[in-house]
Amino acid sequence: MFSWQTQPLTGLNFIGMVIGAVVVLAILLLVVMYLIFFLRKVVAWMQNRIGPNRVGPWGLFQSMADVLKLLLKEDIVPAKADRALFLVAPIIAFVPAFTVLAVIPYTAGHIFTAGLNIGVLFYIALSSITILGIVLGGWASNNKYSLVGGLRSAAQMISYEIPLGMSVLGVVMLAGSLNLTTIVQQQATDRFGWYIIPQIIGFVVFMIAAVAELNQTPFDLPEAESELVAGYFTEYTGFRFAFYMLTEFVYLFAISALATTLFLGGWLGPWLPSWLWFAIKTSAVIFFMFWLRATMPRLRVDKLMGFAWKVLIPVALFNILLTGLLSLLV
Amino acid sequence: MYSNNFVFVLIFMALGVLLPVGALVVLGPLLRPNHPTRAKTTTYESGLEPIGDARIRFNVRYYLFALLFVIFDVEIVFLYPWAVAYHALGVFGFVEMVIFIALLVIGLVYAWKKKVLEWK
Repeated sequence: MFSWQTQPLTGLNFIGMVIGAVVVLAILLLVVMYLIFFLRKVVAWMQNRIGPNRVGPWGLFQSMADVLKLLLKEDIVPAKADRALFLVAPIIAFVPAFTVLAVIPYTAGHIFTAGLNIGVLFYIALSSITILGIVLGGWASNNKYSLVGGLRSAAQMISYEIPLGMSVLGVVMLAGSLNLTTIVQQQATDRFGWYIIPQIIGFVVFMIAAVAELNQTPFDLPEAESELVAGYFTEYTGFRFAFYMLTEFVYLFAISALATTLFLGGWLGPWLPSWLWFAIKTSAVIFFMFWLRATMPRLRVDKLMGFAWKVLIPVALFNILLTGLLSLLV
Repeated sequence: MYSNNFVFVLIFMALGVLLPVGALVVLGPLLRPNHPTRAKTTTYESGLEPIGDARIRFNVRYYLFALLFVIFDVEIVFLYPWAVAYHALGVFGFVEMVIFIALLVIGLVYAWKKKVLEWK
């Protein structure tokens, strides 16, 4: 099996790494474009509508048209905004969302992954930096809706980050490693199979916390359009707005890929090539999230915060102790 | 070499900066128009003239949640190495962690009783 850490750091290998990273970026941009299309189609079908169907066959080029349109739109900076922070905030939000993809093992042997021994910790730590970009964007806009949206996002995302981090611990205890590749390999030989079975409580907590981290329905209060216009990116236009949307969808892809790796056996599976198994499982997780988006009503803000601290964190702590006890006894 | 992994991560980080900078700073000005007027750069407030400043004092509860977050996030950092070494530690590790988690649960229950977790 190929991995970068068995290779010496030569100029050729460095170029190989750059190619690997550029390929991930190119595929990612394509995937994100079609995720937006997929979201609009799925939600439309669930609500008995047709969805985008004008640009290209079945509307397949709709997202590309949208991206081009945003690229040609004027980039307006409000006169009262904190100019420097306003300009840099979407970039701060985007960089960690993209960097976490470096540790996801997409296939069995490949040039697209850094086999960090602290993979899980790296993901959890970096993904919280995105919150900073969102709060900065909300604050720098000097707009009441943006400020309230940004603060709500921050409160919600930090609250749900704790159950997210705790729900992963059960998996780490079973695998005995933070390395995502090792975690996948352990699931191939574990007597209960993939970790979704022994870690079903952890999986449920993880999925709920992930949906909340993504500011998705039913936890989309930060961008509650009926009360906050668009939340933290109200003042953003053109391609800067596009980068906030891109961040959201890259993060959606990343967290679905993480759920696949930790709980659904990553690339494992019979007959088909490993990257295809990874793609199928990740798509299933993403579809599940879109399904929630189409069917759930929005929570009230007091219920939202209470739910994280009073339900999810105790359940996640209980799951850690239960996993510890069971792996001692069984 | 293990450090190769971090080189790879750094390449990702560099690409993550290059893409938005390339699109916004290099490519953007060539493609998009730029005619700011006073009306355009006014802060949006449902079509009205903005009243006052947006930098208001906001609810103190945000700070309380931030404080709780710091405590529990540090807790998770302590739990990670323990979880990795769990098989090696055995019963001793389990009992130690029950005590550690119990102390934090007491803190959570205290915050709960003090109504810190209520959002009003």
